[in-house]
Amino acid sequence: MATVWLAGCSGCHMSFLDLDEFLFELADLAEIVYSPVASDTKIYPDQVDVCLVEGAVANVDNLELALTLRQRTALVISFGDCAISANVPGLRNLFSAPGRDSAQTVLERGYLELADATGQLPHAPGIVPELLPRVLPLHEVIPVDLYLPGCPPSAERIRAAIEPLLHGEKPCLSGEAMLRFG
Amino acid sequence: MSVVTLQVDGRDVAVPARATLLQAIRAAGLSVPTLCHLDGLDPVGACRLCLVEVEGSQRLLPACATEAIEGQRIRTDSSQLQNFRRMAVELFFAEGNHVCAFCVANGNCELQDVAVAVGMDHSRFPYQYPQRSVDASHPRFSLDHNRCILCTRCVRVCDQIEGAHVWDVAERGSHCRIVAGLDQPWGEVDACTSCGKCIDVCPTGALFTKEDATAEKHPHPERAGQLRRAREQHQWTP
Repeated sequence: MATVWLAGCSGCHMSFLDLDEFLFELADLAEIVYSPVASDTKIYPDQVDVCLVEGAVANVDNLELALTLRQRTALVISFGDCAISANVPGLRNLFSAPGRDSAQTVLERGYLELADATGQLPHAPGIVPELLPRVLPLHEVIPVDLYLPGCPPSAERIRAAIEPLLHGEKPCLSGEAMLRFG
Repeated sequence: MSVVTLQVDGRDVAVPARATLLQAIRAAGLSVPTLCHLDGLDPVGACRLCLVEVEGSQRLLPACATEAIEGQRIRTDSSQLQNFRRMAVELFFAEGNHVCAFCVANGNCELQDVAVAVGMDHSRFPYQYPQRSVDASHPRFSLDHNRCILCTRCVRVCDQIEGAHVWDVAERGSHCRIVAGLDQPWGEVDACTSCGKCIDVCPTGALFTKEDATAEKHPHPERAGQLRRAREQHQWTP
């Protein structure tokens, strides 16, 4: 199993840690092979069964990791509202005008218009990932198998989604307890 | 009082003449999702969530705004209807700027409720991110057009219950929006009595009281029906 953190606040991962003692059961039944909170592995491994993906796809690093994890994972779950709808990170999409994408607009606003006389746009190829023109929900970039809404999804909701998977069953993601946004 | 009998999902049901299909569905102990409909306000059939299939009709009809007819047979929950309803809710989310995370109505939002009801776990349609504004010119209330779904409950409650007719609908298509007065800042409209009924009936966080922060809006959509019953049947049932 893997968990991935793209453009999000890490609140979904905090909620994952709120699984508390169930984390011990989880550790018995599944190996966490890649995760910002439970693994030091830097390269997404092959043949992952399940991956929880938090966050929207906002920059080239997010995009590359999303494409990689899709190739190497059997079941991909959009984990939380940012992965599902772009949510708060997606608000920068409001600042796109014809001929100017939202990345240009927010970078110029943040680094030039609001800066003192020495302001400059960040440029560090290979170090600072370039922003994509538009922030995208995960399913607009790769096929997604399950959606787990919530901002963040509660620990109970996360458990109800992943516990059946540990026993080889598909969870039932319907009704107020499993679906509500926000 | 004359009575109309009809079949809803195979169940026989009798309702008073001039009752709507929605009333017949409820009388049969069933339900369909609704959003623009509100007991106490005249129906408009704007949201299309309560569409039903009527035997012998090629068209789907909005249950809230269609009169029940003797001998009619209607279906409320076919897979076609389920599909259309979910599509309609996805389009509501994609059309506006609905960000539950910091909305005043988070947890108390009828758009969130219908998303659960139709099983929406994501939108197949890309979000549009339209350029919309916020009118905070009223001393007590605000209107955030980003969260408006154009159900027109505010328009109707202000006209039909309060009798002030502050609100109207302007322009068309994706430019369609709610306007105050003669398309003025809300705070400059003398007709507004600051009664707050529009806040109470708004199904989302579009209309809200200024002191409400995230997830703090607690609307009272039932007030419209209570006031209508008090006025017409002289019964007060809060």
